[in-house]
Amino acid sequence: MKYVDEYRDGALARGIAATIAAEVLPDRRYAFMEFCGGHTHAISRYGIEDLLPENLRMIHGPGCPVCVLPVGRIDDAIRLAANPAVTLCTYADLMRVPGSHGASLLKAKAAGADIRMIYSSLDAVRIAAAEPGREVVFFAIGFETTTPPTAIALRQAIAKGLTNFSIFCNHVLTPVAMRTILDTNDEPPIAIDGFVGPSHVSSIIGLAPYREFAEAYRKPVVIAGFEPLDVMQAILMLVRQVNEQRAEVENQYIRAVTAAGNVTAQNLCAEIFELRDSFEWRGLGNVAASALKLRDAFAAYDAEQRFAVRTIAAADNPACECPAILRGRKKPADCKLFGTICTPETPTGACMVSSEGACAAHYTYGRFRTHQMQVAS
Amino acid sequence: MNSEAPRKSFRRKLDIANGRIDMSHGSGGRAMADLIAGIFRAEFANDLLDQGNDQASFPTPTGGRMVMTTDGYVVSPLFFPGGDIGSLAVHGTINDVAMSGARPLYLSASFIIEEGFAFADLQRIARSMGDASREAGVPVITGDTKVVERGKADGVFIATAGIGVVPDGLVLSGDRAEPGDIVIVSGSMGDHGVAIMSSRENLEFETEILSDSAALHGLVAVMVAAAGPHLKLMRDPTRGGLAATLNELAHQSKIGFRIDEDAIPVKPQVAAACELLGLDPLFVANEGKLVAVVAPAGADALLAAMRAHRLGADAAIIGKAVADEQRFVQMTTSFGGGRIVDWLSGEQLPRIC
Repeated sequence: MKYVDEYRDGALARGIAATIAAEVLPDRRYAFMEFCGGHTHAISRYGIEDLLPENLRMIHGPGCPVCVLPVGRIDDAIRLAANPAVTLCTYADLMRVPGSHGASLLKAKAAGADIRMIYSSLDAVRIAAAEPGREVVFFAIGFETTTPPTAIALRQAIAKGLTNFSIFCNHVLTPVAMRTILDTNDEPPIAIDGFVGPSHVSSIIGLAPYREFAEAYRKPVVIAGFEPLDVMQAILMLVRQVNEQRAEVENQYIRAVTAAGNVTAQNLCAEIFELRDSFEWRGLGNVAASALKLRDAFAAYDAEQRFAVRTIAAADNPACECPAILRGRKKPADCKLFGTICTPETPTGACMVSSEGACAAHYTYGRFRTHQMQVAS
Repeated sequence: MNSEAPRKSFRRKLDIANGRIDMSHGSGGRAMADLIAGIFRAEFANDLLDQGNDQASFPTPTGGRMVMTTDGYVVSPLFFPGGDIGSLAVHGTINDVAMSGARPLYLSASFIIEEGFAFADLQRIARSMGDASREAGVPVITGDTKVVERGKADGVFIATAGIGVVPDGLVLSGDRAEPGDIVIVSGSMGDHGVAIMSSRENLEFETEILSDSAALHGLVAVMVAAAGPHLKLMRDPTRGGLAATLNELAHQSKIGFRIDEDAIPVKPQVAAACELLGLDPLFVANEGKLVAVVAPAGADALLAAMRAHRLGADAAIIGKAVADEQRFVQMTTSFGGGRIVDWLSGEQLPRIC
């Protein structure tokens, strides 16, 4: 595949791997967090960990919107779908996410709820236009990348004069979550030497929101694409910043990301969304000013107001180590539940819920490393 | 590194009192395996069923052995690039018989038809079945017709059965792979699934990919002749793709597999479509391909014989069986790293066959 295979070239990868191995200082350890689940997936999918030196560790961050969505919000969606008037439109990866008491949208659908899997936010608008007798609710989720498509869906619904379309908004923000991880009081403090930042988020928000991590926290940030060579190159750039005692926001993904980002999309989102006071993140708890809701001017399209949604917080399994795993304090295999009661079929915690979560990626792609370690010992 | 020790996955028992069928139970993955074990195998319990293959092999009262298989077809849409539900039903059933090394003899076909379905479409499907079975030399010799109210089915569903005779002395079974054995696929992976996806409503995209739907018993006969007793087993990687098939075989044979991503044939158009749809070709269904496991001594002759056949021209050695208590399917990626190729959890493409 032209313009794809080039970024997955094994020979180039070995070249970058050799450079990383040559440049890491043997007497120190490096720990970088890839914030985004897309990067976690790429690292696992291509076996990138095998190409990194022993003293360089990747910490899998909380940047998977499906993973961090709290159980209470899944319960809300299941309750919305249980309303016989409602057609709930959702992306497929939310279907299996467990709510309270083992419920899920998949099971709600099996029990008769009208739940449709869609590929685009605009599909929900199309369904609302085609079925005026149904109350169509779009289950909106994601970081800054998926917020503009939700805004466009709302714009289209308004332009079509639809009165049966609403949005259950769960959009969350990347930089706030990174700050929360760095601000958490852990003893000893979390050792994160730098971040691999998601390029699709920066293609919208640009580079400026990450400056505080370089300037105030002295943590290098490299905005990277999602192909495996992008990730390898970003890791090399982080190693160099650390070695040279620099802390800057660098852009590895110059083929799409500009410093200013997509100003049109930013303006559109600012027009439609505003900050929530607080929002619960699975694994991180309540985080102030970390999520978006529809502005009051669009209240008629806000499913939370239209259907009087009152989220009831639900507790995760107390043995679940997701909060520590998301901050890099622990590894998936350190959790008692990992691979026992918590598997991709029966996920207990945030990190196992989606294939982009740290535990699911380790379970699906990386378990053999654990096995090799045991054989070796 | 005690915390890193591998552990046995806990398998939740089916909640018979409160549980319901959801779409994951039809995916060909773990949920379906759990359902079959928890309900069907438990209730039907018998030794032939416990063979765990896509067909059951049994001795006949007059000597020799036969195999029997049954299959249901619910593909959506009914007509897709490279085939339709009728030809698919014939090919799929023949292939399930053929994977045992048996020569397919006869098929049956039952039709569950929705009120309002057009005669013209039914005739088109039946004609396609007739053509496919004549071309394969395996006639449909009995059948059944049922009609259900509008909305109680989706156009037409087809249920089939197939029987065949096993050559004397030939025992191919999913539990026969041993460490060191060679794994061969007969051609490119993922064509059928991508062809179906390309014709799905609301997802239509331009592609020249046709379903690979084909009857494989001719190829199988050539393989059995070429490899003789070295041939251990064959299976067609349908739902769940190559990944699901290798995981099933690893569990049945109590071994692991090591495969090489670069060696697995995938057409560029299929790779491109998968990229677009966020799919992995290793998990996408095939309907005219097989995976064979062969002792090393027979591998070269088998590969040559396969490549000389029209349906095995792109056959390739993709890896080998290894001793592995964890039953992992491990892959060296094109990028140079290693990963597991696990079962798919949940549903990737519903109603693919």
